[in-house]
Amino acid sequence: MSEGSFVKPRGGRPEPVQVIKQRRDAALGALVHGVPYIQFLGIEFDRRGDELTAILPFDDKLIGNPLLPALHGGVTAAFLEVTAIIGLSWASLWEEIESGRIDAQTLVAGNLPRLPKTIDFTVDYLRTGLPRDAYARAKVNRSGRRYASVHVEAWQDNRARAFAQATGHFLMPRLEG
Amino acid sequence: MDRDKLARQFTEAIPHARALSMTIDHLGEGVAEMSMPYDARFIGAPETGVIHGGAVSALLDTCCGASVVCHPASKGGTATIGLRIDYMRAATPGQAIRTRAECYHVTRSVAFVRATAMDDDTDRPVATATGTFTVEAG
Repeated sequence: MSEGSFVKPRGGRPEPVQVIKQRRDAALGALVHGVPYIQFLGIEFDRRGDELTAILPFDDKLIGNPLLPALHGGVTAAFLEVTAIIGLSWASLWEEIESGRIDAQTLVAGNLPRLPKTIDFTVDYLRTGLPRDAYARAKVNRSGRRYASVHVEAWQDNRARAFAQATGHFLMPRLEG
Repeated sequence: MDRDKLARQFTEAIPHARALSMTIDHLGEGVAEMSMPYDARFIGAPETGVIHGGAVSALLDTCCGASVVCHPASKGGTATIGLRIDYMRAATPGQAIRTRAECYHVTRSVAFVRATAMDDDTDRPVATATGTFTVEAG
């Protein structure tokens, strides 16, 4: 099924798929590129419909143990936490954009929603993080008006062999207006 | 080589610790204190300038690891098994983050650590962490 086929026509006429894609990607780009620390780590997000995959391209500054070499445990924790926060924020933003309550252009102009705040975050280190690209996906297990619970998994070469996973609780931003 | 020097070299040889400008302020037996200056590149909330939790996590993880390495029962390097971080409040923008980790128990295989992160207001912690780390077979 092609992208946009779920979208109800706005103003009676279906929008061209490129317009829909461009709007969604612009909103995601604004959300991700507005956070300096995400830029510092070099994390990007790949979007397929509403599903996001975080990508951490390998860089020497991400190394924790130069002898192995291995990714720093703090990098892994930060990558998982960024994936959880953006995943959670995107899930609520998606509804707002698709329903037309938020205009993607206002996001691109810099009017970004406040991000959820981490309450606690617990990381399981399953395997050594290798000196190569890493990927992660977040699953929002519960998202209420005030609190949310999110699970994240990160892998490298093999999707079935996660090298780290985490669960965290988050405080949702208060809705304005 | 004495344990302090080993732990200092170990941490200073970590590229990511250097990338975040982490410094070791104190090392004792199973105790480490480290800090990270405020840096606009580590901001997580652009509207307030508050440092991202991930950067605080990286400092806490490094400090916990250092406390394991300088524990008398440690024989060398270590790796994180599990780490839980509780965020009590946002760190004040413009202030350095300071962490203190204590490796309070070591078995043949596992080291248990707790740590606290603070800014200039030392009465109200920014975050606390508890972690488990590997102990290298001697």
